Amino acid sequence: MSLLAVAELSKEYRVPSGAFGRRPLAAVDRVSLRLREGETLGLVGESGSGKSTLARCILQLERPSGGTVTFQGRELTVLAGGALRRVRRLLQMVFQDPAASLNPRLRVGYTVAEPIRLHRLRSGEAAVRARVEELFGWVGLGPEHVARYPHQLSGGQQQRVAIARALACEPRLLALDEPTSALDVSVQAALLALLAELQSRLGLAYLFISHDLAVVSTMARRVMVLYLGQVVEEGPTAEILGRPRHPYTQALLSAVPRDVPWAEPARLVVRGEAASALAPPAGCRFAPRCPWVLPRCQDEPQPLQPVGADHGAACWRAAGGELPIWRA
Amino acid sequence: MTEPLLSVRGLTVEFDAPPGAARVLTGVDLDVAPAEVVGLVGESGCGKSVTALAMLRLLRAPGRITGGSVRFQRRELTTLSEAEIRRVRGRGIAMIFQAPRESLNPVLTIGQQLALVLARHDGLRGRRARARAEELCAMVELGDTRRILGAYPHELSGGMCQRAMIALALACRPALLVADEATTALDVTVQLQILLLLRRLRDSLGLAQLLITHNLGVVAEACQRVAVMYAGEIVESAPAEQLFAAPWHPYTRRLLAARPRIGAPPAGDAIPGSVPDPRRRPTGCPFHPRCYQAQPTCRESHPASEELAPGRHVRCFYPEPAPGPHR
Repeated sequence: MSLLAVAELSKEYRVPSGAFGRRPLAAVDRVSLRLREGETLGLVGESGSGKSTLARCILQLERPSGGTVTFQGRELTVLAGGALRRVRRLLQMVFQDPAASLNPRLRVGYTVAEPIRLHRLRSGEAAVRARVEELFGWVGLGPEHVARYPHQLSGGQQQRVAIARALACEPRLLALDEPTSALDVSVQAALLALLAELQSRLGLAYLFISHDLAVVSTMARRVMVLYLGQVVEEGPTAEILGRPRHPYTQALLSAVPRDVPWAEPARLVVRGEAASALAPPAGCRFAPRCPWVLPRCQDEPQPLQPVGADHGAACWRAAGGELPIWRA
Repeated sequence: MTEPLLSVRGLTVEFDAPPGAARVLTGVDLDVAPAEVVGLVGESGCGKSVTALAMLRLLRAPGRITGGSVRFQRRELTTLSEAEIRRVRGRGIAMIFQAPRESLNPVLTIGQQLALVLARHDGLRGRRARARAEELCAMVELGDTRRILGAYPHELSGGMCQRAMIALALACRPALLVADEATTALDVTVQLQILLLLRRLRDSLGLAQLLITHNLGVVAEACQRVAVMYAGEIVESAPAEQLFAAPWHPYTRRLLAARPRIGAPPAGDAIPGSVPDPRRRPTGCPFHPRCYQAQPTCRESHPASEELAPGRHVRCFYPEPAPGPHR
């Protein structure tokens, strides 16, 4: 059984329009996904693709406008109050900017101890303190860091504290929202290795959000590519990266800067930038930028269709087998 | 090599940080030839942006240049008067930044901002200024020129704002463009568009560029030569192909190995420890506390930058002229 099953999840905001009016903005549009214990699903997309909103809706930090979120067999969207708080302990989130997600006035040890006390996961101050030190050890920090303030730590160390705080709740699922994007490459590599190690030790499920396909590929077996709130492609990471089928995924992969100066990958340069989510195109949302657009793409939205084993793409041409298979 | 357009020698910058001074740049040497694209790479706090600001004399107190020279088109920039350096900025060397929308004036349209620059530097006004503004927009491939010139920065996407910034930078026909993390805030598909634009500008205008970035992929994509910075020093500089094929400095080797690669597990232990605090610089080679092959010498004395092969400079007692471990 899946740990998490999301079906047809949508999130619509109503944003001011003109002096008095409001109009809908569909940030996430009918997304479905499943995640098992100990598994990682990569969510990839550029700014405005809805990947963070999707994670926030799954964790009930935002209430979805439609669809269901089933976690350990329970429907989260109908929970409230104490029942929601108890379940939420099991789903934790780590954000992109660790400095902004830690309280600058609290010693980091206190920040990590707080959820242990709130959820009464240990009784007695000595046990809480021992647990905090244990968590610090798990994330590669020493007991000497417990009494520090966030500004006395480097960005990488701050992010380790944020991970320790999430783990303090003894969660089953972590939503990692661009956890290494603000960090330097050497720090990023160490943090990714730490996350991989914690996952195998604790059997955690990860929802790993990133705009960086290389980072996602080191962490996730399955990847979902989002564009303007919709899933455009989904499948095993090796398939998506090796044989991307949706033109947007192909463009995203081909835009990753080269590894070495002499590598000359074929380039698929798409024109312009993503349309506004306020006025999304009627048909395929990628159609205005797509190099292989058909008349049909402009007005008929494409459902996700199988293009291989366990591999789906929302593209008429890909489903019809007409698109050249672009190789990275 | 042709005579460099820009030649920085021994540039040293200190920040007054009572009780003493923090040395942020130490003896930086950097050359950019006409129509050459050079990458300056390094991690946060290594001094790459300070290098650019010091070159253009844009450093503010408590930072100050305490040594070295910056020669540009055969003129020494460090001793120019304020009025003279102002003429070099824009007309000689132009600079663009990471946050394009924040670098533009939010209350003026793109057209008005271009008009100001063209009037000030070229004395162009009216119809001739308009024609030049349209020409600049076409040069940076801004599409619908009429709409763009009448638009405010908030009405444009990040990529378009960066194109507008580049148009402003090109307005005075500079010989050198300094781009400080100019594509970092952009989505990768847009980053690629901007990198391809910069390449076309080099080819069509012969525009030399100094690309400051933390992203080695951007360097591989765009640069002919690379200088790698660590703790305020250039630790290695080389033609890009050679640096990627065989990095000689241990820091460069580890930096390359730390990059996430499609389909490979993360390289967790690439560079242990963290960047030194400029107020408490280690003795000897600043990288030695994190170096996997540090010897007693590295702790005791400071390595000089040596040219070990034509165009390849390394600041290390034990460089490794061998293929890197990352291949």
